[in-house]
Amino acid sequence: MALHRSEISIGDVYEHVVIDNLTRTQIVQYAGASGDYNPLHTDEIFATQVVGNPTVLAHGMLTMGATGRMLTDFVGDGRLVEYGGRFLAPVWPGDTLTASAEVIGFRVRDEISEVELSVTTLNAAAQEVFKGRAVARMDD
Amino acid sequence: MKFPIEYGHIMTFARSIGDPNPIYYDEVYAATTEPGRVIAPPTFIRASVQFEPDYSLRPRIGEPWFGSGREPTGIATSESAANGGIDLHAEQHFEYHRPVGVGDVLSPTQRIGDTWEREGRRGGSLVFQETITEYRDENDVLFVTCRRVGVRTSRPIGRD
Repeated sequence: MALHRSEISIGDVYEHVVIDNLTRTQIVQYAGASGDYNPLHTDEIFATQVVGNPTVLAHGMLTMGATGRMLTDFVGDGRLVEYGGRFLAPVWPGDTLTASAEVIGFRVRDEISEVELSVTTLNAAAQEVFKGRAVARMDD
Repeated sequence: MKFPIEYGHIMTFARSIGDPNPIYYDEVYAATTEPGRVIAPPTFIRASVQFEPDYSLRPRIGEPWFGSGREPTGIATSESAANGGIDLHAEQHFEYHRPVGVGDVLSPTQRIGDTWEREGRRGGSLVFQETITEYRDENDVLFVTCRRVGVRTSRPIGRD
């Protein structure tokens, strides 16, 4: 499954709920798999009593990873050329995240067609938690 | 340091980001796809810290850890958070030169990029620092370039 140039246009949007009611257990799964065991993310006592946060905070890279699922569902496996962005707001347990990609341009590099996407992830309050861009290879 | 790309690691990572795509779980299915094998999700490469011997955000066997145990923090003067300042992930950028898949063995080389400073919205200064990491295989073929921007704040996030 890959994108074809003839099938997409500037302004097309692909959207996906990538996390629905984030659980502390999913944050623990991410800590274990990623290797980032900062107790800020998984240790309620440390997060509240030492850091002073309301609860544990999801890893930014969990948001970016979940957002990446939306991207690879859209552009196909092994097709990403670039993917990057900024973490704009904290993500907490209970949050629901919706990730979207909008087609913003097309380019040709080394005779390969590529699509440029703007990437946005919102929480349930429609606040941007992650914003960035991606580039993927397309079929002509 | 070598980062061997392993099937079980990709499986547990894909689960943790909530991605059910069978290319991360099923070798038979993966063989029918364009990449032709189990590949890693786009942000997986940062899990290379699992193989960094001195990674500071993993407890070291036999040493005190700054998370809670008997006390809310195991280190009285935790430099990470107790003193207010904390290193947060501000930005992350990946450039993919070729797909990373099971069986690849990648070695990161890291260099410090730019550093800049600006005023925080709630007062205090924010210091941003860029780190660039390139992942290459044993034949020196470049797979992924990562650019991480960390920010050091004078107050914890989400406090107010």
